Amino acid sequence: MHLAYPAVLSALLFCTGLYGVLARRNAILVLMSVELMLNAVNLNLVAFDVWLSKAAEETLHSGQALTLFTIAIAAAEIGIGLAIVLAVHRNRGTADIDKLRDTAEGHETDGHDTGSPDSEAPAAQKAEATA
Amino acid sequence: MSLAAAAATVAHTTTTAASATTTTADTHGFLSPTGVEIAFLLVGLVTLGAAIVTVTTRQLVHAALWLVVTLGGLAVEYLLLTAEFIAWVQVLIYVGSVVVLLLFGLMLTRAPIGRSPDADSGNRWAALTVAVASAAALVWVVVDAFRATWIDLDGAAAGSTEVTGKALFQNWVLPFEALSVLLLAALVGAIVLSRKAKTNAADTATGGKADADKERAR
Repeated sequence: MHLAYPAVLSALLFCTGLYGVLARRNAILVLMSVELMLNAVNLNLVAFDVWLSKAAEETLHSGQALTLFTIAIAAAEIGIGLAIVLAVHRNRGTADIDKLRDTAEGHETDGHDTGSPDSEAPAAQKAEATA
Repeated sequence: MSLAAAAATVAHTTTTAASATTTTADTHGFLSPTGVEIAFLLVGLVTLGAAIVTVTTRQLVHAALWLVVTLGGLAVEYLLLTAEFIAWVQVLIYVGSVVVLLLFGLMLTRAPIGRSPDADSGNRWAALTVAVASAAALVWVVVDAFRATWIDLDGAAAGSTEVTGKALFQNWVLPFEALSVLLLAALVGAIVLSRKAKTNAADTATGGKADADKERAR
């Protein structure tokens, strides 16, 4: 098999996940897109490992070992990420990442020093405390 | 003549990957694909289509279910690349647990499941531009670099359970054990994260409901 086939599929899957991360608004859909990107990397690792194990008689099998590690780390990441999303959803009532703008720059630039007059100050301080 | 022959034999017996695979890849063109390549291409089309539907559909649960198709297709691709152990780990962990976790998350955060018009944010077109540009760049570079590289799939499987287990427990024992510590830390972290929200809510909720909720959040 040409190495170009899995490499091209991996590149296209990665860019699909990139689009999902940038364009989605729900935090769980963003996590799904991150999973897509991780899987694209896994496909690349496996394809290059199979190539090198035959072409260069490489017996370390680093690609497959790293793929297993990536799968385990992705499982841990999805657990922690979902716990964070659920905690945010309980505190704020939304999992919409466009509305979680407490640490955004540019809107209230010097509001934290002087104390912002509107009622969002406790929410922002709470977000900073939990972050 | 003899010098050229000696150089040719040296170049042939050199185990550098490039020369060895270029000579084998010259006999295989892209216009006469093998059966494995055709199968890889078809499964890859299904996988890519499911991935695109995953990131574009407005039905949140459908996105998770199309993600199952994508991950299953990738497992088939691993099987076609003779990495059997990775394929079954992919099926067990991704399709078995990650998608189930995602579905739990979707159903816990969005109670009315259905078509949600606000699934995509306002910067869709910027995201599409970035994705298409990076896809074009990556595909161009990858095809230009590896169009003459040939994966030899004949012979013993490169990723059978025996081979992977030997490599994992001979060369990768220390990262493997470190990974178990990381999984333990992730477990403790997830419990702590979901317990902190529980102490706030426990004032109003009854004990039994909070306990069941904690079990579910785990």
